[in-house]
Amino acid sequence: MADMTTKLPVGGASTPIIEPGHTYGSVTNKITSIVLSGRTPRLWYVGIGIGFSLVMLLLVALTNLLFTGTGIWGLNVPVGWGFAIINFVWWVGIGHAGTLISAILLLLKQDWRTSINRFAEAMTLFAVACAGIFPLIHVGRPWLAYWLFPYPNTMGVWPQFRSPLVWDVFAVSTYATVSALFWYVGLIPDFATLRDRSKTRGKRMIYGILAMGWRGSAIHWYRYETAYLLLAGLAAPLVISVHTVVSFDFAVSLVPGWHATVFPPYFVAGAIYSGFAMVVTLAVPLRALYKLEDFITAQHLDNMAKIILATGMIVVYGYFMEAFMGWYSGSQYESYMILNRMTGPYAPQYWLLLFCNAVVPQLLWSGKIRRNALVLFLISLVVNVGMWLERYVIVVTSLHRDYLPSSWGMYSGTIWDWSLYFGSIGLFISLLFLFVRFLPMISIFEMRTLLPTSGKPGK
Amino acid sequence: MMAEFENADAVLEASKKTYAAGYRRIDAFSPFPVHGLAEAVGYRKRILPWIVLAGGVVGGLAGFFLQYWVSVIELPLNVGGRPLNSWPSFIPVTFECTILGAALSAVLGMLALNGLPRPNHPVFNVPRFERATTNRFFLLIESRDAQFDLAGTRTFLESLEPSEVMDVEK
Repeated sequence: MADMTTKLPVGGASTPIIEPGHTYGSVTNKITSIVLSGRTPRLWYVGIGIGFSLVMLLLVALTNLLFTGTGIWGLNVPVGWGFAIINFVWWVGIGHAGTLISAILLLLKQDWRTSINRFAEAMTLFAVACAGIFPLIHVGRPWLAYWLFPYPNTMGVWPQFRSPLVWDVFAVSTYATVSALFWYVGLIPDFATLRDRSKTRGKRMIYGILAMGWRGSAIHWYRYETAYLLLAGLAAPLVISVHTVVSFDFAVSLVPGWHATVFPPYFVAGAIYSGFAMVVTLAVPLRALYKLEDFITAQHLDNMAKIILATGMIVVYGYFMEAFMGWYSGSQYESYMILNRMTGPYAPQYWLLLFCNAVVPQLLWSGKIRRNALVLFLISLVVNVGMWLERYVIVVTSLHRDYLPSSWGMYSGTIWDWSLYFGSIGLFISLLFLFVRFLPMISIFEMRTLLPTSGKPGK
Repeated sequence: MMAEFENADAVLEASKKTYAAGYRRIDAFSPFPVHGLAEAVGYRKRILPWIVLAGGVVGGLAGFFLQYWVSVIELPLNVGGRPLNSWPSFIPVTFECTILGAALSAVLGMLALNGLPRPNHPVFNVPRFERATTNRFFLLIESRDAQFDLAGTRTFLESLEPSEVMDVEK
């Protein structure tokens, strides 16, 4: 059994997913010490400093928005949907990788998911939190956003359940709830580990409350595993449904370029694609910062890059289908829309998006590049930009040329649009840095199960 | 009374022997799920999946009939000539409510069956027990067990070759 963790040559078919020589104790020490030792790398302060400054920007932009109204955005009459929906779809899409890694890869028994699932789930939660800001503020009077939920009220009105926008409320709020449950349940045994290893009373109390008295009983573990597996089984169709419903926001309308049956699968693939890119964007620096190369090995980078490549190709198929249907539908508006997208005023954004999402990821066919952390990191940044541009192109090019030339217009984000967008990135960064500081970013108990069970125990 | 073991196979083996020796009020503790350990300490009732199923069914029905009640009874609106009970457009929300009901009952059901949150438990009185969440495995025989006898049970546990046997104070 000990052979399982023998180090094979890098680049071989089966590079280990944990470097050899680790025991239950050493895995635990390594991961808990990040949280408990109190030695925070200097770069952490730099990171949270950047994130926190951007949160301040977010607060300024939100305050101005609440006082002045959505008039500070670049929206106008043909383009009534702008950054709010673009950012919402971008963030929700990023959120998808977390659940995909934790649920679908768990069901498929992909052991390598263990080192990345915890922070991918955290990333999901934070991305959904960022996504949630935008629909909330785009309603114009966010203090009345609870009108979206069905509750008995003196006005005698109810949500319109035939509308995809109401479906979205249910899909996203369910998704946020289930992701939070999944994440928390996964954390319970690790909270117990932190409780038992904390040196100070304060930490022991806080982690103890969070662990809810977990003591690792065999019967508890059994029910725990059943619950976790069932949650994974529930989260897997949920994650697919969420981006499907998001795509319905577009596809159920009659706007040229949106009214397409390819939208649900194309959106889901795009979500996984952008989500994995974000996981790589986060994993590479974290791994370097906290010296986690033993747990997040080249094999992980390689696997994630392969998923990025595969889902990227599905997305490219979606782009191809959009263009094809523009021509094949024979609809004057559809064909004009796609022609305008390729050659009109937003052509630079369109071709840049194709460069980011269709051309650059082709580098990932090379195994050397997949295993090169730095290059992979840069590619993941390009993909993140590409996926944002994709939503921008979809939203803006379809709307800015209305059916009658008299109602054509142009759209661009104002400084407030950009402030909110970068501010939400800041919120995401800040939450993530707080997470890696205070919670175990790798699932400790699952890492223990990856070690050969008959391996020698010890300190 | 509690015995400490150094690896998963040892505690699994010891649990089986303890159960075979007639002890029934026993439990094992491990830092990660060990397959077969729950069965070895005599765990048979598996009702959690049924709770989750019930939660999902209730969630789904509640979701659908909420929409039915709103759209047909409380606020009937003609939208594009669709029937009031235009059920295909109620499917997404029904689906989401099913998942929500099932997921909530999975987590709450698991915690309730496990009797958590329970911040205090006699096993925590054993100082060495804090390693149960790191790298040690424990087997517990409760004093409530019909066969329990302070000296006899200690001898029995020692025969299982643990690294240590400890008394657990209430």
